[in-house]
Amino acid sequence: MNKVKISAKNIDVFYGDKQALFDVSMDMYEKEVTALIGPSGCGKSTFLRCINRMNDVIDICSVKGNVSIDGHDIYDKSIRVESLRENVGMVFQKPNPFPKSIYENIAYGPRIHGMANSKTDIDEIVENSLQKAALFDEVKDRLHQPGTGLSGGQQQRLCIARAISVNPEIILMDEPCSALDPIATAKIEELMNELKKEFTIIIVTHSMQQAARVSTKTGFFHLGKLIEVDSTETIFSNPGNQKTQDYITGRFG
Amino acid sequence: MFDVSANLKKRLKSERRFQILCITAISFALIFVLILFLNIFSSGYSAFYKTTIAIEVDYSQVIEDTSQFATMSDDEINKLDLFRFSKKSIYSLFPDIEDRKEKKLLIRIFSIEYEDEIKQFLIKNKENINKIETVYLTASDDVDQVRKGNYPRDLPEERRRIKDIQLEYYDILENNGRVKYVFNIPFLTRGDSREPELAGVGGSIVGSFLTIITVLILSFPIGILAAVYLQEFARSNRFTDFIEININNLAAVPSIVFGLLGLGIILNVFGLPRSTPLVGGIVLSLMTLPTIIIATRASLRAVPPSIREGALAVGATKMQAVMHHVVPLAMPGALTGTIIGLAQALGETAPLLLIGMVAFVVDVPSSPLDASASLPVQVYLWAESAERGYVEKTSATIMLLLGFLILLNLAAVLIRRKFETKW
Ligand SMILES: Nc1ncnc2c1ncn2[C@@H]1O[C@H](COP(=O)(O)OP(=O)(O)OP(=O)(O)O)[C@@H](O)[C@H]1O
Ligand SMILES: [Mg+2]
Repeated sequence: MNKVKISAKNIDVFYGDKQALFDVSMDMYEKEVTALIGPSGCGKSTFLRCINRMNDVIDICSVKGNVSIDGHDIYDKSIRVESLRENVGMVFQKPNPFPKSIYENIAYGPRIHGMANSKTDIDEIVENSLQKAALFDEVKDRLHQPGTGLSGGQQQRLCIARAISVNPEIILMDEPCSALDPIATAKIEELMNELKKEFTIIIVTHSMQQAARVSTKTGFFHLGKLIEVDSTETIFSNPGNQKTQDYITGRFG
Repeated sequence: MFDVSANLKKRLKSERRFQILCITAISFALIFVLILFLNIFSSGYSAFYKTTIAIEVDYSQVIEDTSQFATMSDDEINKLDLFRFSKKSIYSLFPDIEDRKEKKLLIRIFSIEYEDEIKQFLIKNKENINKIETVYLTASDDVDQVRKGNYPRDLPEERRRIKDIQLEYYDILENNGRVKYVFNIPFLTRGDSREPELAGVGGSIVGSFLTIITVLILSFPIGILAAVYLQEFARSNRFTDFIEININNLAAVPSIVFGLLGLGIILNVFGLPRSTPLVGGIVLSLMTLPTIIIATRASLRAVPPSIREGALAVGATKMQAVMHHVVPLAMPGALTGTIIGLAQALGETAPLLLIGMVAFVVDVPSSPLDASASLPVQVYLWAESAERGYVEKTSATIMLLLGFLILLNLAAVLIRRKFETKW
């Protein structure tokens, strides 16, 4: 059993007066894929965004409770979100490459963090990240063409490469395949199996098959509450809660 | 099954009526624009030409050996008193005239700067002046207007400014091939003048240019920074709402109010020099700022939030996300807004009247601290003058102003086309 990487305790999230998460506690383990499933609007994205504090960006959003990574409270005052996000990368639902060249998309993060100074260092990071995202061979001849000119699946892998470029330990993925066709989806799932050797991955997905295919653990959310979290196998074959059962058998969703 | 029902017929009919109405509206707009342009063009284009009359000047009467002019400096030549000599040169066109009054009338068919023109010819060609040179002198406004056909010759003499005898002189000169109709370069390079044939828009072109540059330097950075702060950084609360409402109000304030503000504060309290492009630029900046801020905010808002999130998610600070990614994407919109703001400022008259940019300025300004006119104010000034020469110059100035405005708007369109980003 891997060690606990992320530990969320008693998380309440409010958008203004409206509470979106209720007392969520969940541990996520190192070098595993943890899937978050649940019906639309149940707070999966909200929970995911607590882990890299993307919720800070939303004025009306407030987070209570405690999230720690490797035992450090990430909501502590001494933590700068910038260095937190350097360690916790994120891939969004819709591919959002910068409207710049493929190269610049990946070089951006390392540059602002001062991780590489010479051009050769950056070239190396760019190539490495693209390799890890299984995109290098497809784009090596057009590194200086706009990233927005790639296909949807390629763009999403570019975004994964961008997240990898700053050498994070954790990658958060919010429905990374929802805008992609089955072939591109299969590629990304394959990629996740590769990436989990190196990174801790949390993925939000609407596809139960996807959760079953890629994840080791699965958490089921419903109306802002974490109903159940267990090994993926258990959740899909022998869930402990009736609601989970109903959801995975498609009785609501 | 596919019969056209009465109801459908009715709907089709009303559709056709609607289209006809729309086309009529567009045609009206186009016709008005066309009439405006035609009217201005037909009365203004002649200002770009002027009438000149050739006279023979015997420079050897100034200095026997004309090669000596080459050794004189421009200043020295300018100091020469050539008044009588110039008059004599003109008299030599009609050596038979004895009567003093008639001589005076002959002189009056030329612009009053004939002495200067004879000098300037000398300065320009001092290296190789022949004994006798043919010099083209600018004709007076009256003669110029006769040449352009703007002046009715068949009025009784006492109702004309130009006398019969002058017309006679002119006809003789014309028949001798001495009259030449040339492009009026001084119109574009000189400042204003009390003599319509000598007045130019050079001063107001430069004045307008300096004013617009001042506006650009002041309002572009302030406008962009304010917009970026309000849109990207400021939390929305009562105070920012208040600022927002006031910026929108500012955009709707009649421009003359800004003129009053300029007069009251910039001139009277801070004591900056009146009638100058600097003050004009400051006042017009107040007007341009809201335009720039509103346009920039709109284009910042149009940048998809996913771009900001993408940058934040790799650990960029808020400022980095905004400056590296959002602002560059919003720049075309901001520039377009700026150019449109500048175009407004270029055509603005009322506030400039209040800060004294209506002064009669002969010199072309060389810095934003020199008194100066501007194109729209020049139009205002000349439109009030009765002489025919000013009428055509008013239209010509409007032509130039419209030309500059069209150029600016074209630039805005080109920038928008060129940098339009797709994501
Ligand atoms: N920026 C926001 N402002 C206000 N309310 C929000 C905001 N974002 C989310 N919410 C609310 O919080 C709740 C949880 O939203 P969240 O996006 O986390 O759901 P989700 O599980 O990711 O749904 P989906 O599967 O559709 O993406 C929803 O009721 C939503 O309306
Ligand atoms: Mg979501």
